[in-house]
Amino acid sequence: MPVREYLGLSRIYGPLVVVKGVEKVGYEELVEVVLRGEKRLGQVVFLEEDQAVIQVFEGTAGLTQADARVRFLGRPVEISLSQEVIGRVFDGLGRPIDQEGEVIEDVRRDVYGEAINPYTREYPRNFIQTGISAIDGMATLIRGQKLPIFSGAGLPHNRLVVQITRQAKIAGGEKFVVVFCGIGLKHDEAEFIQSSFEETGAMKNVVMVLNLADDPSVERITTPQVALTIAEYLAFDQDMHVLAILTDMTNYCETLREISNYRGEVPARKGYPGYMYSDLASIYERTGMIKGRKGSLTQIPVVTMPNDDITHPIPDLTGYITEGQIVLGRELHRQGIYPPISILPSLSRLMKDGIGEGFTRPDHPNLASQLFASYGQAQNVRSLASIIGEEELSEADRNYLDFARKFESQFINQDFSEERSMEETLNLGWAMLAQLPPSELNRVTREEINQFLQR
Amino acid sequence: MSKASIFWINGPVVKARGSRDFMMNEMVRVGNSRLIGEVVDLDQDTLTIQVYEGTRGLQTEELVEGTGRLLSAYLGPGLIGGVFDGIERPLDRLAQAYGDYVTRGVELFPLEEGRKWRVEVLKREGDSVSPGEVYARIQETSMIEHRLLVPPQVKGEVVEARPNGEYRVSDNILLIRNGEQEIPLRLYQEWPVRLPRPIKNRIPPSLPLITGQRVIDFFFPLAKGGAAAIPGGFGTGKTVTQHQLAKWSDADLIVYIGCGERGNEMTQVLEEFPQLVDPRTGKALMERTVLVANTSNMPVSAREASIYTGITIAEYFRDMGYHVALMADSTSRWAEALRELSGRMEEMPAEEGFPAYLTSRLSEFYERAGRAETLAGKEGSVTIIGAVSPPGGDFSEPVTQHTREFVRCFWALDRNLAYSRHYPSVNWLTSYSEFVEDLADWFENEVDTSWNQLRTEAMALLNEDDRLQQVIKLVGEDVLPDEQRLVVEVGRLLKTGFLQQNSFSLTDSFCSLQKQFQMIDLILYFYRRARELISLGMAISEIKRGAVYPKLLRMKEDIPAAQLEELGKLREEVEKFFDELAQRYGEGVRHAG
Repeated sequence: MPVREYLGLSRIYGPLVVVKGVEKVGYEELVEVVLRGEKRLGQVVFLEEDQAVIQVFEGTAGLTQADARVRFLGRPVEISLSQEVIGRVFDGLGRPIDQEGEVIEDVRRDVYGEAINPYTREYPRNFIQTGISAIDGMATLIRGQKLPIFSGAGLPHNRLVVQITRQAKIAGGEKFVVVFCGIGLKHDEAEFIQSSFEETGAMKNVVMVLNLADDPSVERITTPQVALTIAEYLAFDQDMHVLAILTDMTNYCETLREISNYRGEVPARKGYPGYMYSDLASIYERTGMIKGRKGSLTQIPVVTMPNDDITHPIPDLTGYITEGQIVLGRELHRQGIYPPISILPSLSRLMKDGIGEGFTRPDHPNLASQLFASYGQAQNVRSLASIIGEEELSEADRNYLDFARKFESQFINQDFSEERSMEETLNLGWAMLAQLPPSELNRVTREEINQFLQR
Repeated sequence: MSKASIFWINGPVVKARGSRDFMMNEMVRVGNSRLIGEVVDLDQDTLTIQVYEGTRGLQTEELVEGTGRLLSAYLGPGLIGGVFDGIERPLDRLAQAYGDYVTRGVELFPLEEGRKWRVEVLKREGDSVSPGEVYARIQETSMIEHRLLVPPQVKGEVVEARPNGEYRVSDNILLIRNGEQEIPLRLYQEWPVRLPRPIKNRIPPSLPLITGQRVIDFFFPLAKGGAAAIPGGFGTGKTVTQHQLAKWSDADLIVYIGCGERGNEMTQVLEEFPQLVDPRTGKALMERTVLVANTSNMPVSAREASIYTGITIAEYFRDMGYHVALMADSTSRWAEALRELSGRMEEMPAEEGFPAYLTSRLSEFYERAGRAETLAGKEGSVTIIGAVSPPGGDFSEPVTQHTREFVRCFWALDRNLAYSRHYPSVNWLTSYSEFVEDLADWFENEVDTSWNQLRTEAMALLNEDDRLQQVIKLVGEDVLPDEQRLVVEVGRLLKTGFLQQNSFSLTDSFCSLQKQFQMIDLILYFYRRARELISLGMAISEIKRGAVYPKLLRMKEDIPAAQLEELGKLREEVEKFFDELAQRYGEGVRHAG
């Protein structure tokens, strides 16, 4: 497809521009908008007759109607890929921003990818160790799973994902890489993340894709897709196990709403476009494993819930697509517990098939179920105690309170630099259960109690 | 063929002009990549098309070409065990031919063209045939005999008939003459997916669809030919429940539509179903299952079509005289696809952006369920079980509310139950089934005459327990009088020992009606005996201390379906326990006196 160039814009509004008199323009084609030698990239989002509506990724500030030239490049938004991307930093359009020069190209890929044929998927069945007890023990991350973190403003989700990035590993020593994607990150957050990767030497196994809070918001539309195109390439072309971390998807959705609004579309809930579900799915569903290929692509998207509301459209639609969720709780955070993971609403749907015999340890499923049940019971006791007072509780109920305190301060709580092996996590879980009389432990077997429970 | 030129592109919706020869709902090929689309609006020489594949790179002035056929399903041998996308392209052969990703612009005939089927031809030259009649048979899988039906609009005299033998799907088997017209019948037929296939009569629903799930069969049963909705927020276990129903319900054939859901879930079905064995026939479940998959990242307009493709396949097997159960997971994604397409076509929205025709589309879909006398006078049924995914788990939203108008069975999934890992998380207070009355006779005749009475009793106890739980939250359990504490204990037995059912357990995943009945009978017997003693003044702790309470709690796991006599023994044990208790207590009272 030849490059075609047109002079002049007929309209500029928000991040969108309209060009008239165009011919043979492709839907979602990549475009350069050039003004006085300065190039901005854009993409065709609507076509009618000889008019094309273009969303300009770098924003429209400073563009003029008369002098801007628009070049249609005849190809979709693409990036260059090779193994060299590892250790590098890119912007939201996949251009290197780390002064190390261009990436030597092995292949070029359309950043939006194609849907994996459900028939060729392989069901995910093995775990990734994050070194964090609350995750490894209670909501285990499985290779090929998409497991979001539901957080809130002011909660330490970025610390948590940094810790996961540094510590995550898989058994068997196969090649493991993290693609870290920052969407609308604040400067100091980005600074903290980058420096902690560099200090610990984690950067050599990390690819970073960064869109900062003051970068043009439209660029956030491509940022996660660029990161996932890199991740797909490493997983399915280069046979690596890849963990993609996307923080923060809420910023992505805000941009989606902004553009939809400019285009005058009919909104669904809270002003977000009706296609937000499909749009988010085009990101989250890029996760998985494919039959006959060795690598895997796992995703941890971070979603900050506006006003801590889990029924807000962003966490809600995310939860419908992803395979479980890890929920951070303000209550735990206030008590100084890090990571403040709320166990009860957290869930890893694929966990049952990737833990236990042959994967982690045979007692893991029952242990997790017992800890969950006991902690749930402890919450009931707590709410009762808040009404009738702790003194009025029975002996058995007071045991539960002790258990819950210890579970939170020793099992969930761990240091930012503390990495626990799966073995340590599971043993710690048993140590917690020692707070309770054996008669209360009905989800573990007697053999397991004899083998693991030490009093 | 009719042609038009594209002048407007907005995501999956495209407009073209230049011809008045297109039909409404005609299938078309769009642009140079020959994407598959359907005409959804005609205005003078302008047509609006929804495209079933991604439109990236499509240009204005590319052409739209008509195909002369409505969007139709191909119905014939080879559907069973297959996995198809929303417009019935076979995903397995698509993968073999084009690789691991879904490729655009390719068309594959849904049925394997090269495969030969052993056909027994039932009609001979000179026979007359009428619509819906079986003219040949194929043993498609060990569970399903595929009956080739004379299409609904065809009748006449057989002028040519092939002998029994091996044929490919496109081979002509019969030639029918009707006046001047000669119609060949092959192993397959086409049917436009948006039109319901005709039947002779509807039959009232009086047979249950037995699912082996206690909360459903015992408390909220569904009739064959009925429609049910499973609404629930994310994480409440909609999909697991749908999978359970697909695995265990006593339908002859299952059509499972993964509509806008997770890819890994379809993979799970594909991996699991061939391994799982049907408890009634001992055959692999895949031998009675047809899968339609449009995962959430596949094109949104094909999601809209997937529901129709699925139900058309279900009706086709119904017409053969089978009981078919169709699971649609999730109908909300389908409604959202309607919303998205409607928005792109710039239609006027009604509630929450959904188009005003949402209600009529929902009713058209659910009304395709039914127990019917087929054109050929056989009995068949299509049962629809639709999952609904309300935003934020809020049942007052439009899709849940409108669905409620058209289904008679409502299994409400509850987030609080799911959080406490009570599965299936069907809330026994907010769910309902209008089939309870219709099916009362069947359960009394086939299982036990006291079935309905026990159901009422158990339900009353659960209601009473719920009321007491409110009190307990405020003051604790210890302060309740013993009669009420007994209700709470029996409530626990009903909830943990009966309603909770572990779908991963080999013993408990499926529970026969006999076992369901005996379990509930035993729990209520326990309640009556215990109440008697407590009214005499015995402490509840005495009753709970015995060995029988935990045994009742665990009987669902401990007693396999094949050893139901164990439940009889357990009943004797309960009897003995209470007899002894009564005796001891009687003595105690006498001593004290």
